[in-house]
Amino acid sequence: MNFPILSSLILLPTIGALFIFFVRSSNSQYQSSKYVALFITLANFFLSLYLWIIFDKSIVDFQFVEEREWISGFVNYKVGVDGISILFILLTTFITPICVITVNATIKNRLKDFLIAILILETFMIGVFCSLDLVVFYLFFEAGLIPMFLIIGIWGGERRVYSAFKFFLYTLLGSVLMLVAIISIYWITGTTDVIKLYELGIDAKYQNLLWLAFFSSFAVKTPMWPVHTWLPDAHVEAPTAGSVLLAAILLKMAGYGFIRFSLGLFPDASLYFVPLVYALSLIAIIYTSLVALMQEDMKKLIAYSSVAHMGFVTLGIFTMTQQGIEGSIFQMISHGLVSAALFLCVGVVYDRLHTRLINRYGGLVSIMPKYAIVFMVFTLGALGLPGTSGFIGEFLVLMGAFKKNILVATIASLGVILGAAYMLWLYKRIIFGKLINDDVKKMVDLKRFEIVTLWLLVLPIIFFGFYPEPLINSIEVSVANMIDMNDLDKINKLALGE
Amino acid sequence: MENLQLIIPELFISIMIMFLLIFGVFKKNSSQLVYNLTTVTLVATLALIINLDTQIQSSLFNNSYNIDSLARFMKILLVLSGIFVMLSSSKYIQISKISKIEYPILILCSILGMMVMISSNDLIVFYMGLELQSLALYVLASFNRDNLLSTESGLKYFVLSALSSGLLLYGCSLIYGFSETTNFNQIMVNTREIEYGLTFGIVFILVGLAFKISAVPFHMWAPDVYQGSPTSVTIFFALLPKIAALTVFIRFLYIPFYELGDQWQMIIIFLSIASMVFGAVAAIGQKNLKRLIAYSSISHMGYALAGLSTGTTQGVQSSITYITIYLVMNLAFFCCLFMLKRNDEYYENIDDLSGLSKNHPLLSLSLLVVLFSLAGIPPLAGFFAKFYIFVAVINEKMYFLAIVGLLATVIAAFYYLRIIKIIYFDPEKEKFESKHNLGLKFTLVASTFFILAYFIYPSGIVDIISQININ
Repeated sequence: MNFPILSSLILLPTIGALFIFFVRSSNSQYQSSKYVALFITLANFFLSLYLWIIFDKSIVDFQFVEEREWISGFVNYKVGVDGISILFILLTTFITPICVITVNATIKNRLKDFLIAILILETFMIGVFCSLDLVVFYLFFEAGLIPMFLIIGIWGGERRVYSAFKFFLYTLLGSVLMLVAIISIYWITGTTDVIKLYELGIDAKYQNLLWLAFFSSFAVKTPMWPVHTWLPDAHVEAPTAGSVLLAAILLKMAGYGFIRFSLGLFPDASLYFVPLVYALSLIAIIYTSLVALMQEDMKKLIAYSSVAHMGFVTLGIFTMTQQGIEGSIFQMISHGLVSAALFLCVGVVYDRLHTRLINRYGGLVSIMPKYAIVFMVFTLGALGLPGTSGFIGEFLVLMGAFKKNILVATIASLGVILGAAYMLWLYKRIIFGKLINDDVKKMVDLKRFEIVTLWLLVLPIIFFGFYPEPLINSIEVSVANMIDMNDLDKINKLALGE
Repeated sequence: MENLQLIIPELFISIMIMFLLIFGVFKKNSSQLVYNLTTVTLVATLALIINLDTQIQSSLFNNSYNIDSLARFMKILLVLSGIFVMLSSSKYIQISKISKIEYPILILCSILGMMVMISSNDLIVFYMGLELQSLALYVLASFNRDNLLSTESGLKYFVLSALSSGLLLYGCSLIYGFSETTNFNQIMVNTREIEYGLTFGIVFILVGLAFKISAVPFHMWAPDVYQGSPTSVTIFFALLPKIAALTVFIRFLYIPFYELGDQWQMIIIFLSIASMVFGAVAAIGQKNLKRLIAYSSISHMGYALAGLSTGTTQGVQSSITYITIYLVMNLAFFCCLFMLKRNDEYYENIDDLSGLSKNHPLLSLSLLVVLFSLAGIPPLAGFFAKFYIFVAVINEKMYFLAIVGLLATVIAAFYYLRIIKIIYFDPEKEKFESKHNLGLKFTLVASTFFILAYFIYPSGIVDIISQININ
């Protein structure tokens, strides 16, 4: 396979962005630039689908590896995918076209710039998920800040400046320590190549500090309690497409980073810090669920629910069991779909009423029945009803957790109940009840493009809820290999005194 | 004197200075012509420098004047920056009514002084070069003599610079006293043992040099001079003297006093940390763009010094890379400043940028790229500059310096973001003129492209710089 398929995936959106940039702007051509963006992102989606099909799920090694000299004698540009990263690439390329479709209603000014920002962001997101070199990873990881900062700041709501700054500075502050750690790894081992590092291993005496440095970056990005406060702000102020990308993909970079780097490179340290991660995850699950219960702003509620869901992800990853890690990955994919869908749903009613306050709505079921149906599916997906993808992820995570620590698993299970509480209550307050406000009565049901985007998300949520096999199949070998390679099982047993 | 051909570039500039002086005096209204001829002179000098045999590592005049790979690279950098400064500021000079024949000639004098500094291998030669460039800069800073701020900045720079030159000269005399020589190589041979007088000498010279690159705590002149001088002089201040001073820093620390690393390392680390942090914090409250860029350059000099403080060849190379990328970023930033013109008046307050992106999308995009690059966000060139520095610093296990430096970048990111916020998020103001001369546009496009595309082939510059050997 000589065709550099991964590099094409990374570069294609940027080429599209350049194309849109150089086409002269006039109002009539705004539409055409939208079609260009849609075409490019769809092409990217089909390319990644093709990648998934020809990807050999039974092989442990990284596939489609490309390596080129980059900074001479120091860093090589190296990309490749395994069963885990390919799913995230697929998620990215699936969500981005949906975002492009939604710009119709949400973006009123500077459409061209918005599309360019989204396309550039897609490049960076795909780059994060397939880079196999720490420096290249850092580059993509950080570069994503620029387009997201602009998306929140230019097209956001009233407090957009505050939110954009908070988002940028929090994430940057978290990441700088990771850069120190990456450079230190280079001087300790002589390479930043992830595959070589997996083989070499890092001396246990350095692992704890390095793990903490990586953790500081990923914890902010995940976000874990107590550094989660940027997320509700960023979500509330970002335009719909921005919220969708943020919730569906940007947060997943951190979960992916935990699996790929924290577990993969520092297994001893990961084990050492398990109690810390458990504690923070449980606080995130319980505390932010409670906070979500009290929210009056829809987007804020969903943002806090994201923090809680990501708590399950971090919990699952650090159970270091096959089920736990698989569950986390599944949960991330599922949450990517569900939270994207929920933000789109909020966007739908926001475009009509221009408010996100829950008590301004009520009784939508009688005037927007189609909306009520899809919103129902997503609500159930978010609370993890069996038959939706949300269930599989949470179930596997809890299974992994029960294997390790019954107390932790029990507390985490409480989070599932709380999740059901705030999601159902949200649904009740918006969809059911009496139609009180006159302007709500004037709201119209879903338009055609909204139906398309929302049903596109309904399908995978239900499909993977009933038939998770394709996803599990794809990650199984890679996760098992990750556990084998680092002797996570053995380490676990030692720790348990078996 | 068979090696005289090696200093042809310097000789050429000297001859051209004298020729242009006479030419300007005798030919009436020739200021623009002299300006253009100066640019041509610089281009010719660049060609002469490149034309020199690269293999030659030679010392002239009793080993007091070095022609080596370091000097060659830095001179190319210097003259190239000079050319771009001339290209970008020609229109500004006409409109600000400071287009006099002396202006370009003073710039040539200053560049000549810097070339002497770069090649100097002797305390006296180095001091001569330093004074030649400084004297020209005093006059340039106050060139807009009807403007109160400009005259103030010239005077301020003169007084403080004279003070620092005095300290530096005192340091030179101390070193001469304890080592019985002024030649760098000879000093190294004669100072195997540490004596207090020698340490004092080193400190005094470092103070003088720190003043020239405006490192904290010797930075006080920079904000006022940057703000008060005509912008065409500010861009000159921000770029060229830094190259020369950094080269002298490298030579001074790594040739005569390399063995005494533990004597000066702490000083450089202190200067570096103080500059990085102070520059980042103090810039937050600024309202004037030139003043802000002064603090920003203080901060950037801190990073360049961090590379030097490692005491390794790799550290020096990372500093040289840093200064190279810094030059391009600042050049692009000042080009953007030159474009903020409306009705023959230049605007330099941050508020004037409000909503710039709606009226001038391309100019705002360049500013966006430059500012994110100055903040050190990947994948722009500024990130790589910092990256190399930290690679060198962490290699020497100086984690404290690295972490402080990286935290300072987060603080600094705040004020760069604030400008971006004003450009992109705020309501728009009146339009600026959109017609600019070709030189300015070319400089801006070239430098922005360099910043943007640097990540595609980062090895290019590193490979060139890695051939520079210091000792």
